[in-house]
Amino acid sequence: MSHNTLLVFEVTILVLAIFLGFEVISKVPTLLHTPLMSGTNAIHGIVIVGAMLVAGEGHKDTLTLVVGLVAVVLASANVVGGFVVTDRMLEMFKKREPPKKDADGS
Amino acid sequence: MGADATRLAYLVTIVTFILALRFLSSPAHARRGNQIGAVGMLLAIVVTFSQKSVLSYWEIAAGMVVGGGFGAVAARKVKMTAMPQMVALFNGVGGGAAALISLAEFHRMAPAAGSLPRDISISIILSALIGSVSFSGSMIAFAKLQELIQGRPITYPGQKAVNGLVFASCLAAGAVIVAGHEAQWLLWAIIAAASLFGIMFVLPIGGADMPVVISLLNAFTGLAAAATGFELQNTVLIVAGMLVGASGTLLTLMMGKAMNRSITNVLFGAFGQVSAGAASTAAGGTGAVRPTTADDVAVMLAYAQKVAIVPGYGMAVAQAQHDVRTLADLLESRGVEVTYAIHPVAGRMPGHMNVLLAEANVPYPALKEMDEANAEFPRTDVSLVIGANDVVNPDARSNSGSPIYGMPILNVDQSKAVVVLKRSMNPGFAGIDNPLFLEPNTMMLFGDAKESVGKLTAAVKAL
Repeated sequence: MSHNTLLVFEVTILVLAIFLGFEVISKVPTLLHTPLMSGTNAIHGIVIVGAMLVAGEGHKDTLTLVVGLVAVVLASANVVGGFVVTDRMLEMFKKREPPKKDADGS
Repeated sequence: MGADATRLAYLVTIVTFILALRFLSSPAHARRGNQIGAVGMLLAIVVTFSQKSVLSYWEIAAGMVVGGGFGAVAARKVKMTAMPQMVALFNGVGGGAAALISLAEFHRMAPAAGSLPRDISISIILSALIGSVSFSGSMIAFAKLQELIQGRPITYPGQKAVNGLVFASCLAAGAVIVAGHEAQWLLWAIIAAASLFGIMFVLPIGGADMPVVISLLNAFTGLAAAATGFELQNTVLIVAGMLVGASGTLLTLMMGKAMNRSITNVLFGAFGQVSAGAASTAAGGTGAVRPTTADDVAVMLAYAQKVAIVPGYGMAVAQAQHDVRTLADLLESRGVEVTYAIHPVAGRMPGHMNVLLAEANVPYPALKEMDEANAEFPRTDVSLVIGANDVVNPDARSNSGSPIYGMPILNVDQSKAVVVLKRSMNPGFAGIDNPLFLEPNTMMLFGDAKESVGKLTAAVKAL
């Protein structure tokens, strides 16, 4: 694939992702807006993949390696912290307090 | 792992992220969605480790242990009331990572001038620029929310001109790089200037506008991640980053709409300054403030049919959510119907009040959104306003001179009686007067929210 073909392909999926993002989020109730923020916060922790790729190729060059590794540290904090915080929040949303009856579906 | 297998694995990750967001449409399965997303993230990390080009495993693994360890501990230890600043912090480090990736990548790929394809250099500049703004802006938001620096807008003359100049210099340096002069120091300069811009851009924004800012910065980090995807030609980064960018943008617009203010007004309006003059003319002295005692309020609550609790940032500050829940339980055991009326921008991040009340084990069907809550106020006996101010200010409906005029509010003044729990008569954020406090059916219970609610609970018990 030539460089330009790849670029066109990347732009295509970028545009599709924009619409997908709007579509998926518009179904989230305001009740869950904090977990939504925190969950998307965890998802952009995907920069960890970029950080690994850059740091991984940095063995020939100290500056690239060091800067890449700092990026790995920051991105891992983002990923782990993001998912853990979101999990803690979502764990709390309960339909009813535990002792009472817990029947009606969903 | 081969290149095609890797791309397919990344596709699986993308699908898990979409499912994670999709599952957030209901609290019943939202947690499962988040776990699916976490598994997808783990898959992407494992697959990336197996790349032939990725050497220095041990260094990377060590970096992950350090960063991940910090993230895990911080996320476990943080109190629910401190959640907005924690989200800001994690958001900021993500943005910082994106900026550093472009710095490292630029250093690696541009040993000589004019060697980069234009789209790659543009992506590098964008992720450096947006990532840095997100990093430093989030850190300022963190500092404001953590009260390390004052939450009120910090302004000075010529602020906008200075900010504009700093931003323009970033763009100019970027243009020089794209034109082919690929000097390393230019990208360092962009990162430094963009970080400065991020600081100056968040400083003038007041605490009550934080829900908009945090969600905007979240969108920024997503966009920065998508830009790193272009520079590394990596689909999972592009799609996941853009999903966050799009959703963060939409959420930001929704927050702006809930305040009836344009995003530019929130970001560049320096709210406190504009409002002071208009607000003072607004309170046309219709009555006097009526202070009351916990015992009187307890009687009202205990013999009411329907009570609506209206929480605001004051409840978060006082960490009163558990005490509120205790009071509500007590009232319910006496046969009083208790609901919670939640304004979309109450607190410091979107949906802040819902999370706090969920922490206190309030069942989520009792949490009413604005429209639903407003329909119920006319048949509500007592509205208990706990640390909320602007979101119940009737000036937003009727006084066109008020800075919050036009903002949809919770119409607590339509209920038979209103009890406002407040520390003192000091006007809240931006010094806007609230005529609700002067209404004949409003009573004020002064004191710390947590203490006042505790006194109410004790007084109801004693009845």
